Amino acid sequence: MTAVAVVSPSVAALRARFGSAILRDRVICGDTVVWVAAESAHDILAWLRDDPEQRFDYLTDVTAVEYRDGELPLEVVYQLRSLSRRADLRVKVELDKASPLEVDSVCDLWSGANWVEREVYDMFGITFRNHPDLRRILMWETYAEGHPLRKDFPLRGHFSRSEQTRQALAAKPESHYSIEELAIAGSHGELSADMQERLARGERGEVD
Amino acid sequence: MGLIVPDAEPAVAEVSGESPNWVTARLSDLVNWGRTRSLWPMPFGTACCAIEFMATAAGRYDISRFGMERQGFSPRQADVLICAGRLPFKLAPVIRRVWDQMPQPKWSISMGACASSGGIFDNYAMVQGIDTIIPVDVYVPGCPPRPEGLLYGIFMLQKKIRGESLSDGQLRLERPLGPDGLFRAPAVIDEISEPFGNSVQQTRSS
Repeated sequence: MTAVAVVSPSVAALRARFGSAILRDRVICGDTVVWVAAESAHDILAWLRDDPEQRFDYLTDVTAVEYRDGELPLEVVYQLRSLSRRADLRVKVELDKASPLEVDSVCDLWSGANWVEREVYDMFGITFRNHPDLRRILMWETYAEGHPLRKDFPLRGHFSRSEQTRQALAAKPESHYSIEELAIAGSHGELSADMQERLARGERGEVD
Repeated sequence: MGLIVPDAEPAVAEVSGESPNWVTARLSDLVNWGRTRSLWPMPFGTACCAIEFMATAAGRYDISRFGMERQGFSPRQADVLICAGRLPFKLAPVIRRVWDQMPQPKWSISMGACASSGGIFDNYAMVQGIDTIIPVDVYVPGCPPRPEGLLYGIFMLQKKIRGESLSDGQLRLERPLGPDGLFRAPAVIDEISEPFGNSVQQTRSS
């Protein structure tokens, strides 16, 4: 059976609605991919979620790509799914390496974007504007070597093994829980008095 | 329950004549005999080795036959730390904390290639052998080791414990992190983190 290259009807609707902000589209392995302008990405994604014809109500994933060819821009990839229409759409935003790697967060559209955008930030160093809690999520928060999935990041990291070990052992895991993590239901009553007081003040600080 | 004195009551003497209910031994042997048969494990399972550890603990292989009945997920009631699986740098302070919380006497088993040497994960995220973080008594090879392998490692540890002496104060010394925040000298960590074989010639991707 050969895959039929059928462009998702969402592309025509997007072009009609956003015009030149839709840069190009392509069908890859039967999936429609749409490249959109970075400055319009948030509006486009919001429209894709809310338009009654589109109803992309589920954000499957947010990730990023850096190509081996250093001239090519980084891509932020949004994989959308319409649960009600059983349709998929992949939206890509290109970020030129010469300019700041910034794109608007879609946490306000899909709450599930929170952690995946943190992962993209952690691994690629892409900043998501208006993200409620943009911290590292896989590496520890004081990790100082950079963003590991970038092509200019050495496989074994920048530092020597002893330096990596020293920094890892110096990281105090308890110091870096967010208010939300600390306030997970049930644990609050078991926290020490000073921690409860800090939580009440809305402060994250060193714990010893 | 006490020694039989020679001029005891006849009834007692008669019983003791059949089978004397006393024994002589070195205190070290007695204590080590007890310790080898009541090694309570603290499983620190992070990867597929933990699956093999579970198989070892379950009915077919059943490590409780060897006195490891109690699976304590509390370091304060454990004797032997079994690191089963790869250890990322993010978990390095955690295993160090767990090890520091375990009371003496305590031992540790590094289960599998990753815990022992970093294994195939010679990358930015992985500790290249937990012996850069905590002392290790027995290394179990394998990827992952079969339950027989882990059991053999436990027998090795029991053998090691049988050879210990109570008068050797060095054995029970805590070995905390040094003033530089490291368990071993930086040069030693760098050296034992070096990859083997062809990987030595591997260029750092850049």
